[in-house]
Amino acid sequence: MNWSDAHISDVLVIGAGLAGERVAIEAAMHGHRVTILSLVPPRRSHSTAAQGGMQAALGNVAEGYGDNPTIHFEDTVKGSDWGCDQEVARLFCERAPVAVRQMSRWGVPWSRVVPGKRTLPDGAEIEDLQEKAGLIAQRQFGGTAKWRTCFASDGTGHVLQYAMDSVVVKLGVTVHDRCEAISLIHHGETCFGAVVIDLRTGELRPYLAKATVIATGGYGRIFGTSTNAVINEGTGMAIAQDTGLVPLGNMEAVQFHPTGIVPANILVTEGCRGDGGYLLDKNLHRFMPDYEPVKKEIASRDVVSRWMLHHIRQGYGVDSPYGPHLWLDIRHLGPEHICTDLREVHTICKNFLGIDCVEALIPVRPTQHYSMGGVRTNKDGEVYGLKGLFAAGEAACWDLHGFNRLGGNSLAETIVAGMVVGERVADFVQEQSLSFPFSLVEDAMAAQAQRLADLRSRKNGAEDAFALRHRMEETLTQNVGIFRNHDALQEAVTTLQGLYERAQNVRLRSSGLGPNPELLAALRLPGMLRLALCISFGALKRTESRGSHYREDYPRRDDDNWLKRTLAYWKPGAPMPDLQYEPVKITELPPGSRGYGEMPIEAGD
Amino acid sequence: MADRLLTFSIFRYNPTTPEIPPRMQEYQLEETMGMSLFIALNRLREELDPSLMFDFVCRAAICGSCAMLINGRPGLACKTLTQDMPGKITLMPLPVFKLVGDLSVDTGVWFRYLNVRTEAWIHTGKVFNPKGIEERMDNPTAQAIYDAERCIECGCCIGACATANMRADFMGAALLNRIARFMIDPRDERPMAQYFDVVGTDEGVFGCIGLMACDDLCPMEIPLQGQLAFVRRKMAQMALKCARCK
Repeated sequence: MNWSDAHISDVLVIGAGLAGERVAIEAAMHGHRVTILSLVPPRRSHSTAAQGGMQAALGNVAEGYGDNPTIHFEDTVKGSDWGCDQEVARLFCERAPVAVRQMSRWGVPWSRVVPGKRTLPDGAEIEDLQEKAGLIAQRQFGGTAKWRTCFASDGTGHVLQYAMDSVVVKLGVTVHDRCEAISLIHHGETCFGAVVIDLRTGELRPYLAKATVIATGGYGRIFGTSTNAVINEGTGMAIAQDTGLVPLGNMEAVQFHPTGIVPANILVTEGCRGDGGYLLDKNLHRFMPDYEPVKKEIASRDVVSRWMLHHIRQGYGVDSPYGPHLWLDIRHLGPEHICTDLREVHTICKNFLGIDCVEALIPVRPTQHYSMGGVRTNKDGEVYGLKGLFAAGEAACWDLHGFNRLGGNSLAETIVAGMVVGERVADFVQEQSLSFPFSLVEDAMAAQAQRLADLRSRKNGAEDAFALRHRMEETLTQNVGIFRNHDALQEAVTTLQGLYERAQNVRLRSSGLGPNPELLAALRLPGMLRLALCISFGALKRTESRGSHYREDYPRRDDDNWLKRTLAYWKPGAPMPDLQYEPVKITELPPGSRGYGEMPIEAGD
Repeated sequence: MADRLLTFSIFRYNPTTPEIPPRMQEYQLEETMGMSLFIALNRLREELDPSLMFDFVCRAAICGSCAMLINGRPGLACKTLTQDMPGKITLMPLPVFKLVGDLSVDTGVWFRYLNVRTEAWIHTGKVFNPKGIEERMDNPTAQAIYDAERCIECGCCIGACATANMRADFMGAALLNRIARFMIDPRDERPMAQYFDVVGTDEGVFGCIGLMACDDLCPMEIPLQGQLAFVRRKMAQMALKCARCK
């Protein structure tokens, strides 16, 4: 390697979505030198795709009066099915209002309270008071006792990311876009940075830092059928686990969003239902009140998705060439509401379904959406097992969400975790000096250079990276979905083990030179398969149902045996993850009833 | 319709192998129902040519990554359906931006540079008080800011712009729209004179020659003609005011 290629800073942030940029801003505001790496220009990060909003207990709107962080906390814990870390949830709920207001200062055009009386779609009359005029407006989201979700039309993630990135630009934080970290550099139990491939040239460079932060988002694309952007391949989680020292927490906790459109799998926001939209079956019957008489369409996502799929299995799905689906009906909200507060949904329906959702029903089906699991950290964002390594946002298992995340809590998490973890990172690098053996970096670089050279010389076996990947996607989608059972999970584990073995023998069809897409696919594949195995094996071993993890053969929550978090390690060279468990911290709210999703769905119905 | 055999003619060049000159390469693919260029290009890559470079991120027309010249017109590939296209589809990278390879161009560096140059962030002397409540804003103002803020920096307006194609330092409709967004934001305390220095120039709003391809081609349907007129009007008023002062 050439040492003049090395890039050194105080803080290296991998990922330029909301969480990564917020950590970077905090560290930069403390005077530290920060470098952000990103697969794409920051404003193209998947954070921008978040539509509906960001939860924070402001209590600004009629249906939110009296809200406070304690109610938000209780909603979050119930939503998580008692799987979350309550200390983290408390900290998060207390700080979310500050995060929303600071983003307002940085330029987010939050929708605002317009005082006056109005009638909701269900007939209830509400009045927003004059004294709240012009404060940040809030809408209803699933699984919440109060209207709490702050929004800017339905482009909330977009405006948050643009405001956040404007602060990154203002502070002059270095951003290297089109770069991918493919391996962490660590010595003993300390992390020193990462080996990075330049996606413009295909060349390798070492990035060294006192603190490295993983903020690479989720892995949705390993499912193939996902609302996630194509860059969401879980690379950050995979390289952390690949050190052999860092566990991934609760990887079996996978969220399926009730309303992905069919067939494009693009998300339409929970705000559609929060604002009063209905789910209908093939007979145009509104079926959710049959299953959830209290919360109806706005129970938590795990519960709504489960009932939707159950209803389809009962034969009430609408047949289509892409399989059965249900309808989302927002027509009664009216053109004015749809074209302002649900404007991007309207555009998506026009672009990808060719319909006008003011007049037409939207075909939807539960679709993989979010990972509650991720790189396990403590409440300060410090990663288990490696000093100098931090994680934030969807890539992390901070553990705010347990086994089901509430809508609106992920945008809020990215920013609040960004603040909290950023403060800890700033303190950490203040105390540290950067000292590492040169040979460590040279060896780490040589190992990755060898991986590239082996692929480019095409001396491996004859496996095709894209074909193996599709097989993985199908396996997860078919066997590790919303309804799970022992046989399907066991089959998935066996299939994925086979694929993981074969992934060591990928042979490129093309030259692999430069920023070659086939080379990159081949590089990412083993890590993606490790994540797939952690999800499937963790799900196989967890013999209970909790939140999004639903076992037909164990349809009830089992607090006596399973009030614990899965920690999946991957020892170097091992064929399978090593699962360990830790207790879930209960500080305030003991396990009890969620208030929805109580009716179990028995196996085989 | 579903039986068509589509012909794709795609620009190929990999800067890391300069000995192979730029060229157009043809591929054929069976059309499927509802096929978008996102689906088509990924199939071409996986089935026919794994070295083919292009950019997609959200594949939902909200991230701005996949702008390219589609039969000569800038547009987002992800939301372009083959059923709306003739049987032969020519794809070229977006002009103005630096080529990364094949259909992939470097929009990130370009936009970051112009966001720095135009200081595209809220300028305020107020210190944030974490214990206070938010400043109030009326909802129509918030909506007007959102209207402009919907820009996804895809670069279609830049690729389509005659001025941007002729002079490298023109900031183009995307940045002028961004400036209009800050001008109407009550939180930004910049006086008009400060904007004038940045955009009251030929690199700024006076470089526009009024062909308005930007307005025709914006995938977000932002009314760029109106936004440019707004900035031009503000700058003209500013110039007149300065002239009177003198």
